[in-house]
Amino acid sequence: MEPIIKVENLWHIYPTGNVTALRDISLDINRGELVGVIGQNGSGKTTLVKQFVGLLKPTRGKVFIDGEDTAPLKVQELAAKVGYVYQNPNHQLFARTVQAELEFGPTNLGVPEDEVAERVEQAIEFFGLQDLRDLHPYRIGFPLRKLVGMASIYTMKPDIFILDEPTTGQDNVTTRKVYRLIGKLRDEGATVLCVAHDMILLAEVVERMLVMRDSELIMDGTPRQVFSNDEIMASTHLTPPQITSFSLRIRKDKQNLGDVVLSVNEMVKLATN
Amino acid sequence: MSDKKPVIEFKEVSFWYGSKNDKPALKNINLKIHEGDYVALLGLNGAGKTTLQLCINGVIPNSIMGEFEGEVIVYGNDTYDTPVREMAKNVGVVFDNPEFQLSQMSVAEEIALGMENLGFSYLEMTETIPEVLEIVGLEGLEERSPFGLSGGQQQRLSIAAALAMRPKILVMDEPTSNVDPIGKEEIFAVAEQLNREKNMTVIMAEHEVEVMAAYADILVVMHEGEILLNGTPEEVFSNIDLIKKLGLRMPQVTEYAHQLNQLNPGSIKKPYPVTLESAVERFKDTL
Repeated sequence: MEPIIKVENLWHIYPTGNVTALRDISLDINRGELVGVIGQNGSGKTTLVKQFVGLLKPTRGKVFIDGEDTAPLKVQELAAKVGYVYQNPNHQLFARTVQAELEFGPTNLGVPEDEVAERVEQAIEFFGLQDLRDLHPYRIGFPLRKLVGMASIYTMKPDIFILDEPTTGQDNVTTRKVYRLIGKLRDEGATVLCVAHDMILLAEVVERMLVMRDSELIMDGTPRQVFSNDEIMASTHLTPPQITSFSLRIRKDKQNLGDVVLSVNEMVKLATN
Repeated sequence: MSDKKPVIEFKEVSFWYGSKNDKPALKNINLKIHEGDYVALLGLNGAGKTTLQLCINGVIPNSIMGEFEGEVIVYGNDTYDTPVREMAKNVGVVFDNPEFQLSQMSVAEEIALGMENLGFSYLEMTETIPEVLEIVGLEGLEERSPFGLSGGQQQRLSIAAALAMRPKILVMDEPTSNVDPIGKEEIFAVAEQLNREKNMTVIMAEHEVEVMAAYADILVVMHEGEILLNGTPEEVFSNIDLIKKLGLRMPQVTEYAHQLNQLNPGSIKKPYPVTLESAVERFKDTL
């Protein structure tokens, strides 16, 4: 099957100051993949995902979304396929009520009224927003407001969700809820990209990591491969989850990736086998 | 430690945003914090961590409307009748979002602003600005715009601005929640350095339990406006059932020890390790 996102020798150079933000990136993302994108601020990761949304166009090279070259497409034309959930929901939400917020996207895409209503109900159910529908988004606390931001993209039913730091500033209860929601999005057939620094999200939820540094894609691998690569971790200032570091410190066979655990449960299994 | 006099003391403190008919944001808080303590506040969003922190610099009850009961004493001053600008000489505050606190055209002006408000002289400012910038690792950036700095640098500038007023207590409310990993490292390192080298009292609200278990001397667990646990990381994280019931997380190595012990009761002696180093030390020969 054709990849849902195909990137071929992509360069992005910002005209102001002639800054190269992406240098010769090539990659494929298949339908239904759950991918983490990591790197420091300024590494190019935001520039990369903005290419997928159509907010930026390649300076050189090509980006295909579901087989279509993005170069001639407008953001609105891509919006039905790719949804972008901002890190700060305040940059995204503007309607007077949660309900109106959820209706806005699909209505704008020309979805018939009765189907919009149906999608809004699905989103309220999916994200557990039953008590919030008539509230002003700014009257809702930050953790739930962030879920409203995700829900307002969900009603557009995009094939690809791009989540920018979905768990930042969230407490443990909401963080766990976001993990479950990401899994559910995937179960419904969506492709999910998380731009994230949350190491537990990357270890326990995503299956593939793209590591950006200085405008280049320096590694494309599984969390196990990335976390056990000391050089990559040090140069990106990332620290693996504590239990992963623990397994790396105590394992005897340094070559055996099977000894690199990604969760407490895996560590318990390894120790009791 | 018990013979030392606390520098911060909460006595039966309750606070309501609005009226007493509403749910209290703080409920009968009793808390003593000693000079040089590194205290981490843990709890879900809405547990009362920020409200408690705002009581330390006197913004509650002086600048935020609501009903206040009890007493907060900071370095001998009762916050109820001490002006906030007077409190600022002892207590520096850093919030989660640096954009909210930065307003000036240059890094130097940003630091000068608070000092001016407290009546520091021009000479004191010119001496202090490079000094505090060096402490947070931003030396030489006096003329830069705060808005051109990275998130981590902005947050360190907020710390520098707080330090310029020579506080003895640094209150930080999720200072790393809007910065990238390198920024996180920098901020935690600065806080630790101020605590260890300058004996500054640090009160940090933070969700990252692994980091707090490694840095903090005391953990205070809050839930619905109350303090439910208060002790060393080892003590607090031995209350595993309560921690889980509150929806909080333990350090992963502590969770690991707990699960091993559940599979084979008595196999892992308490207290369980709470840091990576202590876990490696404890388990290195067992695998």
